[in-house]
Amino acid sequence: MSEPGVDRPADRGAGAPSPQHDDTDDLAMAEAPRRGAGKRITALVHSRVGVIVLVVAIFFAMWLLGGAQPVATRQLLTLAVWGVMLGGVLALGSIGLTLIYGVLKFPNFSHGALVAIGAYTAFAVMAVLPEGPRLGPFSFGWEFLAALVVAMPVVGLVALAVDRVIYRRLRNQNAALVLFAMASLGMAFFLRSGIYMIWGPDFHFFYQGRPNPALNLPFNVRVQADQLFILALALALVLLVYLLLTRTRMGKAMRATADNPQLAQVRGIDTERVIAWTWVLSGALAAAGGAMYGLTSQLRPEMGFWLLLPMFAGTIMGGIGSPLGALVGAMIIGIVTQMSAAFLNPAYGPAIAFILMIVMLILRPQGLFGKPGG
Amino acid sequence: MIQEQWVKAIFVAIPLVLIGLRLIRLHWALRIPAAAACGFAVAVLLVAMLPTGILAYLVSFSIMAGIYAILSLGLNSQWGLTGHLNFGIAGFFAIGAFTSALFTMSMPTGLLANYAKQAFGLEMPFLVGVLAAAIVAGLVAFLIAIPVLKLREDYLAIATLGIAEVIRLAFQNERWLANGPQPLRGIPRPLSCLVEDPACAWLPDSLATWLTPLAQRDYIFPYLVIVAVFVAVIYVALERISRSPWGRALRAVREEEASAAMNGKNVASLRVQSFVVGGVIMGIAGALYGPYVISISYSHFRPLFATFLVWVMLMLGGSGNNRGAILGAFIIWGVWSGTAFLADAITPLLSLISDDFASRSPYLRWMLVAILLELIVLYRPKGLLQEQKVVSLFLPRELPKKVPRTKT
Repeated sequence: MSEPGVDRPADRGAGAPSPQHDDTDDLAMAEAPRRGAGKRITALVHSRVGVIVLVVAIFFAMWLLGGAQPVATRQLLTLAVWGVMLGGVLALGSIGLTLIYGVLKFPNFSHGALVAIGAYTAFAVMAVLPEGPRLGPFSFGWEFLAALVVAMPVVGLVALAVDRVIYRRLRNQNAALVLFAMASLGMAFFLRSGIYMIWGPDFHFFYQGRPNPALNLPFNVRVQADQLFILALALALVLLVYLLLTRTRMGKAMRATADNPQLAQVRGIDTERVIAWTWVLSGALAAAGGAMYGLTSQLRPEMGFWLLLPMFAGTIMGGIGSPLGALVGAMIIGIVTQMSAAFLNPAYGPAIAFILMIVMLILRPQGLFGKPGG
Repeated sequence: MIQEQWVKAIFVAIPLVLIGLRLIRLHWALRIPAAAACGFAVAVLLVAMLPTGILAYLVSFSIMAGIYAILSLGLNSQWGLTGHLNFGIAGFFAIGAFTSALFTMSMPTGLLANYAKQAFGLEMPFLVGVLAAAIVAGLVAFLIAIPVLKLREDYLAIATLGIAEVIRLAFQNERWLANGPQPLRGIPRPLSCLVEDPACAWLPDSLATWLTPLAQRDYIFPYLVIVAVFVAVIYVALERISRSPWGRALRAVREEEASAAMNGKNVASLRVQSFVVGGVIMGIAGALYGPYVISISYSHFRPLFATFLVWVMLMLGGSGNNRGAILGAFIIWGVWSGTAFLADAITPLLSLISDDFASRSPYLRWMLVAILLELIVLYRPKGLLQEQKVVSLFLPRELPKKVPRTKT
């Protein structure tokens, strides 16, 4: 980062504990143009356009790196399309994270576990239901859709129960952020151990050994029908959340609470009810994400932890508290993760996503769509 | 008591004497003999009363708890002193363990070279390995600190968690570095010649004959002494620096950055310094872990064992209190080990519900420790021992309960 040391105190503003009411970063940015060309370049790099250009540049560099090795362009295109699909699944988790982060102001480390529970709940429901015929080109039958519909409220209620038992008490004690973070880390291990106890440490598949042929799309892109379904469903759910947040009373109350809980309370909003609905909503979205992730790969108890970091990366890329940002951020993370597989050991996918997140945090801590200073 | 027991008692006595030196509050001229007498008496009693198996279990338990105590002390110097929310302890621990292993091991030769790969093997002595582990872990902490410590504390938690994952992924996938997914086997043990048949060449004959009753499996006794000495040195050093002006400046940064900066403290630099100190200590813990378990692999450095447990230890013991960090490590490692017995005990009960449940009882331990953490967070967030608010090298260690007010 080409930043002269003069700006350090203002930069520290990004480290202040209460982001929502902190405008030092904002000021630093407003003042920037007055301090010569170096400052202007810094401000440009920190702007949304600058960061997007940087992300595209990283994409392009990756493309070149991938092209330098014997990887066909159409394979890269396929990977990019797969990345969009993965992004769709991640987005469901990221939006939940961003809602919780916005309303309750702490990073929920147990969100990955909620995703995993969603996948396993769907698995349990499908084990009970009779196996129906395949629906059109998809690999699943109606029982998967039924399982999805059951899993979403179940995980929503699990999230709500956790809040009632742990986080509400911490809120009433006005606990420090670290206690929330620790409690959610503990919850992540608690929920995961629950999965181990109930379903055991082995892999599970929704459909053991069922073939899932890929469709040939134009430009030689090979995609499974399931993946298209996942993307469509993810986008539909995101749209639903968007409508909920902008058109309904509860959604508006959520946004108001995220903005300023005290003010929301003064205006007669029952913040506890808002928080409860936030948990139910983000739990349900996590469950949908988990079930859909399970459609394309195996279920393992650790899957939640693997997905947690990319989801956080998406949330932070997009800007905390912004569902639209979470969608865009998750898409970017998904695409980068998949495309890095063209020239790097696929195991490093999460690492790449994560490094991108750190770059974003340094250049623009408020994310692509976040409010300045947040 | 036979000679073997006397030898063991001497080894067990040394850590006990170190504890005694801390607990007995007398003038040093009296404290040293008192601690020595008490430590030795307790050690003799322990060795004489306990069956061999249980004694060996207790010693291994103390070694692991001691290594965790070092991790917990390292975390305390980051979180307790300066307020860094480091969720990436596993990363520094892994770097320390692998670095010291690579420095002390020899390159695989012959047939083994086909199966085991490592970047280098320098066959250095143990202490050089520890030093290398500390330096490399500190260096990595420094490199991480520069970009990451500018972040808000919750972002720092996410970032460090991710960095630890990246480090673990690197050790898992880079076969050339440290045998990748396969464990790195045969880490040499320091002073292992004490328990071998032709004893160390440099030992005087009388000592060598005195040590002959010890068999290979009794290596844990001398290793306990090594770990105890490391814990003691790090504890004393941390106590010293947390009472120094530097330590107070760190706490000022933690409490209120703006006023620390206003008083002329270089906040950014202080934050980096304390992060590096913590990283160094965690690296040393890794260097001690390798020789104890002999073979290490990436899977030892999962967030559960290497990050989560350490946080539970420090939270229970008391953030900001070095004694608390050590106490918490022993209690939580005791709970963790104890839940293994508990899980065994309730296995028959679980098998009444389902056979699957019984075979999964090990995972109950996670659940119990997670519940314990939630209880600490809810009911005892400040831990068992609280931080001393007023510290200085020039004040008496424990202030009287009520500080007499000077009349103005």
